[in-house]
Amino acid sequence: MIPTVNVIFAGVGGQGVLTASEVLGIAAMHAGHEVKKSEVHGMAQRGGSVESQVRFGDVVNSPLIPAGCADFIVAFERLEALRHAHMLKRGGFVIVNQLDIPPMDAPEAGPAVYLAGMDEAFGRLEARVVYVPGHALALQSGDVRSAGSALLGVLSGSMPLSAACWDRAFRDVFRPDAPGANTEAFRLGRSWADAPK
Amino acid sequence: MNKPKRQLLSGNEAIARGAYEAGARVATGYPGTPATEILEALSRCEGVYSEWSVNEKVALEVASGASIAGVRALCAMKHVGLNVAADPLMTLSYTGVGGGLVIVSADDPGHHSSQNEQDNRNYAAFAKIPMLEPSDSSEALAFTKAAFEISEQFDTPVLLRTTTRVSHSKSVVTPGMQAKPAPPAPLVAKPEKYVMIPGFSEARHAHAEARLDRLKAYAEAFAHNSIEYRSRKVGVITSGILYQYVREAAPDASVLKLGMSYPLPRALVEEFASNVKDLYVVEELDPFIEAQVLAFGVKVIGKMTTPDFLPLVGELNPDIVAGALGKGGSEARLATQNLPTRPPGLCPGCPHRGVFYTLGRLGWFVAGDIGCYTLAHAWPLSAIHTTLCMGAGIGQAHGILKATGARDKVAAVIGDSTFMHSGITSLLNTHYNGGGGTIIILDNGTTAMTGLQGHPGSCSTLMGGTGGHADIKKVVRGLGIDDVSVMDPYDLDALERHLTAPPIPGGPRVLIARRPCVLIRGRKPRPSFVVRDNKCAGCGECLMLACPAISFRDGHAQIAAQLCTGCSLCKQVCTFGAVRGQQG
Repeated sequence: MIPTVNVIFAGVGGQGVLTASEVLGIAAMHAGHEVKKSEVHGMAQRGGSVESQVRFGDVVNSPLIPAGCADFIVAFERLEALRHAHMLKRGGFVIVNQLDIPPMDAPEAGPAVYLAGMDEAFGRLEARVVYVPGHALALQSGDVRSAGSALLGVLSGSMPLSAACWDRAFRDVFRPDAPGANTEAFRLGRSWADAPK
Repeated sequence: MNKPKRQLLSGNEAIARGAYEAGARVATGYPGTPATEILEALSRCEGVYSEWSVNEKVALEVASGASIAGVRALCAMKHVGLNVAADPLMTLSYTGVGGGLVIVSADDPGHHSSQNEQDNRNYAAFAKIPMLEPSDSSEALAFTKAAFEISEQFDTPVLLRTTTRVSHSKSVVTPGMQAKPAPPAPLVAKPEKYVMIPGFSEARHAHAEARLDRLKAYAEAFAHNSIEYRSRKVGVITSGILYQYVREAAPDASVLKLGMSYPLPRALVEEFASNVKDLYVVEELDPFIEAQVLAFGVKVIGKMTTPDFLPLVGELNPDIVAGALGKGGSEARLATQNLPTRPPGLCPGCPHRGVFYTLGRLGWFVAGDIGCYTLAHAWPLSAIHTTLCMGAGIGQAHGILKATGARDKVAAVIGDSTFMHSGITSLLNTHYNGGGGTIIILDNGTTAMTGLQGHPGSCSTLMGGTGGHADIKKVVRGLGIDDVSVMDPYDLDALERHLTAPPIPGGPRVLIARRPCVLIRGRKPRPSFVVRDNKCAGCGECLMLACPAISFRDGHAQIAAQLCTGCSLCKQVCTFGAVRGQQG
């Protein structure tokens, strides 16, 4: 019996947040777990905040993670990581893409102030935070759109899921014959996470 | 035979699978979040004819025709779509069905992408038909199959209700085998059943009332109404996604889980009530189950009996339910404070942008409608002033003009798909009643908001074919309106010229702003634009376009090359000539 694993994916519409959460959900299913995954689309697609929650374990009831129970936040953008701070467990793990997309209604003081405020907010999380060069890893993989797969690679080091489960999930979600850049970005993300820093 | 493969399916995909396994042959609907994927998934199932009808009323009528022909049919829509289809629904309750008829209503507690959060369980009581509520994808599949059985056994349409959290959550499903679809039955006239003139409809009303009594008895033994006894101190009656939240929040509580939330099994409710100490009803939105339980004379703690037990407004979650059941509620230790929000907006290059920028500049009052363009209500465009329901803007503008006697400076805007859905009759009404004003049809060639579905103006059909084409300009002309012109919404000067030209007396003026949605694949890319810092005066006029590609830093505008689609609106509004094409 394993305790339920709770992961929040967060980002901005168009970044591939839902696709990344789909890969994790399917990988967990292939490992034989009960899986629930929640997402909100519709209005969220037009450049707004997007989130998806994935839960897996022996028994999973609610598709929504209770507040303060998220083990992981995988954020495709820094501000979107902070938006889910209240969901995070003490000592949780936050995987943040090194990317800032200033929102249209950033405070009038301007992006500089909002960015400085974010540094302070991350300091208050009482969580392990890693900043991942997702864009660079994606470029290295051969497809600039594969940053989400690089973030999954970083996450995979903390997931009780075998390489075979991940591999099957990538083939299910992307074109089965050529997941190509995404599996490469996943591998690069994993190596980046494993490398001493 | 292959071993059934486990799949991670959304509630919507599972409903489609359930309909397929039940042998449904016809599926209809109109796109609307959170229901859209049901029909999209069914269109990929072999042997199921599926279509985007032009609106929900037509969709239900088509499904009803298939049912009369003896085959199983499913009709799916978002909650407000059922308002449009309410007219056929109420009398379908009387006629009943031939082949099984299942109507899916995907409700949206929390207004994730809707104009209201009405609780469509009320329609079951209103129409006197059964209501099933799955709580996850496995149940969505199983309940859809059960709904077809109930429909045929009781000669009734059946409502299957999801909420956004059921429709758009995924869980593991093991699909089953497909039942052999029933072939069409010979068409035999049964006027006493299908011709609802007064002489026949009274008898059919009696049928509906008697059916409800039989359904109440059926509900007592319905396999998906079940009692789970745990601690007898706390008992919870619940349905749908709330069952999952209750299990999460109070794992030790006994639960009466209602797969069928209308009509209720009275004996089962009374048995459960007599076996637990404190009895709660936990439900989202209206106290629909609670009202029925109270009518049985059973004492419960719920929204009606206990102030502040649970809110009537908004979506619930495990934390709110835990709080209501005295389980301490949220474990949140960090507040997420004062973060800039990131609301959705019109895409870079959206063809709607120029229209709203111009209407805002002119200071017109704009009666709006339902679609991506509703987003133009927000600052800085601020150029949508009403949003009521599909097709409403044209009628509202007509009413405003009749009430005020104004001749111009009031416009209605409506998208092409919405125009086909319910704008044509409104425009006909304006014309017939001597109305005036300006009606702008935002023709981007698709149903963009819900993910680029086809409609009669775009010709593409749900099953991937080419349907009959309705040319919007000819449709408008066909209504008898002569003052209709087509224009390019990327041309701001032309937009303003058309809008400020004196209206031709004696009728409405229709402007069709035509350019394809930027999300349609295969669009020819245009070179992006850049700002020349030495020419930018920092006036901020380009920011008034609300383009996600344009930001402001160090006193100058800048354009994000990876977002810019080269629509040129910023170049057109810049009076300092600071914006130029990359290749110009």
